[in-house]
Amino acid sequence: MTKMVARSKSSGATVAVTGIRGRTSSWAAHHRRVAVESLSSLLATWLNSLMTWLVIGIALALPIILYLMLVNVGEISGDWDGKPRISLYLVHEASETDARDLARRLLDRPDIESTSFISAHNALAEFRAMSGFGDVLSTLNRNPLPAVIEIKPSMTDVGQLRLQVTSLAGLDLVDTVVFDLEWIERLFAILQFGERLVAAIGFVLALGVLLIIGNTIRLAIENRRSEIEIVKLVGGTDSFVRRPFLYLGFWYGLGGALVAWILVQGSLLFLSAPVETLAQSYRDDFTLSGPGILDSLIILGAGAGLGILGALVAVSRHLKEIEPE
Amino acid sequence: MIRFDEVSKRYPGGKEALIRVSFELDAGEMVFLTGHSGAGKSTMMKLIILMERPSQGQVFLEGTNLNRVSRRQVPWVRRSVGVVFQNHQLLFDRTVFDNVALPLAIAGFKHREIGRRVRAALSKVGLSDKEKQFPVTLSGGEQQRVGIARAVVNKPPVLLADEPTGNLDPELSKEIMDLFHQFNQVGVTVMIATHDLGLVSRMKRRELKLDHGRLEESAP
Ligand SMILES: Nc1ncnc2c1ncn2[C@@H]1O[C@H](COP(=O)(O)OP(=O)(O)OP(=O)(O)O)[C@@H](O)[C@H]1O
Ligand SMILES: [Mg+2]
Repeated sequence: MTKMVARSKSSGATVAVTGIRGRTSSWAAHHRRVAVESLSSLLATWLNSLMTWLVIGIALALPIILYLMLVNVGEISGDWDGKPRISLYLVHEASETDARDLARRLLDRPDIESTSFISAHNALAEFRAMSGFGDVLSTLNRNPLPAVIEIKPSMTDVGQLRLQVTSLAGLDLVDTVVFDLEWIERLFAILQFGERLVAAIGFVLALGVLLIIGNTIRLAIENRRSEIEIVKLVGGTDSFVRRPFLYLGFWYGLGGALVAWILVQGSLLFLSAPVETLAQSYRDDFTLSGPGILDSLIILGAGAGLGILGALVAVSRHLKEIEPE
Repeated sequence: MIRFDEVSKRYPGGKEALIRVSFELDAGEMVFLTGHSGAGKSTMMKLIILMERPSQGQVFLEGTNLNRVSRRQVPWVRRSVGVVFQNHQLLFDRTVFDNVALPLAIAGFKHREIGRRVRAALSKVGLSDKEKQFPVTLSGGEQQRVGIARAVVNKPPVLLADEPTGNLDPELSKEIMDLFHQFNQVGVTVMIATHDLGLVSRMKRRELKLDHGRLEESAP
């Protein structure tokens, strides 16, 4: 083998290009050419290609939209910074100085991010202003409302929150701890379930995309059977024969991802007005968040990657069978 | 250049296409391969470009034992052998130029070099004015010459032609034989399988005669 190649080189018979740089540049030029040729072959039959792109796009868009919904729901429900609140209702006997002191000491604990103290007096004022029961309250000779310390925990893990609530309830000045763990737990469970569901749907649909592209490439290989035979006959290597089909897969994947991205942006636009109206009753600065630049690049990259992968599968299964005869 | 050493080829199904064939071809030789239909001529050529593997014996090409060539190395063997088939094996959705350029593109030649060599090959077979046409717009003889141009465009040391004049008229057959003769004159080893015995006797070359897979050589 080596002997033969060496001989033909010395005779100048099959020496293609000289030097590494020349070789690389002609290799790169060939890649560019194949990339352009495969894209223009797709555009030449644009209606068929568009169908494939749409199918891939829809399959990719569905899990992306579900995922974005999940992200947005998590954002609304997690309150303004995604963390729950705990209210400590203090015993009536607690003096305001002791209460403020407690609030300060709590701040030193690592599991608490911030505290805010509402004195019994302020609580009453607030209640009076908000409820309109001012007259009734003024007939009472004693403030019925306790002082409250509102706590913002520094973690979101339900198990840890449970422990924290127990330890807070054990404090001397604390009468009751109000914290709707059930609600949080349920929400987290739902979100977690949603994440799993989206992951599962995403996986299944990605597999579907792989199969669609694989099958499309298989047909393309079948269509170009005689060409493949001829290329192999005149000394085309496996990678040379494979290259146009991998680029075809790349373009199918990338085009599909582009369609998916457009579908995602479109449905966000469509949903944003009603969703924001709804969500702003929870928090007033809410806007529906879509895919950012990085997310968009990831979507396109994943599409192109799936395309190449699907093509690789098809090529490795079908190209070896085709030999000149 | 080409050496067969006790080569037998039995196809799946039991057909003995070649039986203990031995011969040697020097570099720069030109031989005719003759024999009845089914004698094993195409099989012999397929063994040289590794489209088939021998059941027994060894084939050497430029000193390389082809039995030792792995599947991945096959393309490099094929690049050193130009082949012309009776059924031209052209790409019908590519222009004449692109068809002829194929071996060069595969070998990684630069764009400019490809253009230069393709035009040289086309002018050699007399098709300079047809480079932009598609093969369907050409006559049988012209298509055959496109196939020849493609076979010689990367200047392989060996040229194999399997019934290259099969369905051409005598005039064209002679033209194409002259072409092969010219390539042989510049040092290319040429092997031509043919049924055209008149042509063989006129050319006065070494003849390898196959009969039911057995080789009976006859001198010019
Ligand atoms: N792929 C194959 N499988 C089984 N048998 C085959 C195969 N190819 C060829 N043969 C048989 O091997 C024998 C030799 O075939 P080959 O094609 O080499 O003959 P040939 O001399 O080229 O004939 P022709 O002049 O008709 O082209 C024939 O009997 C043929 O039927
Ligand atoms: Mg034959």
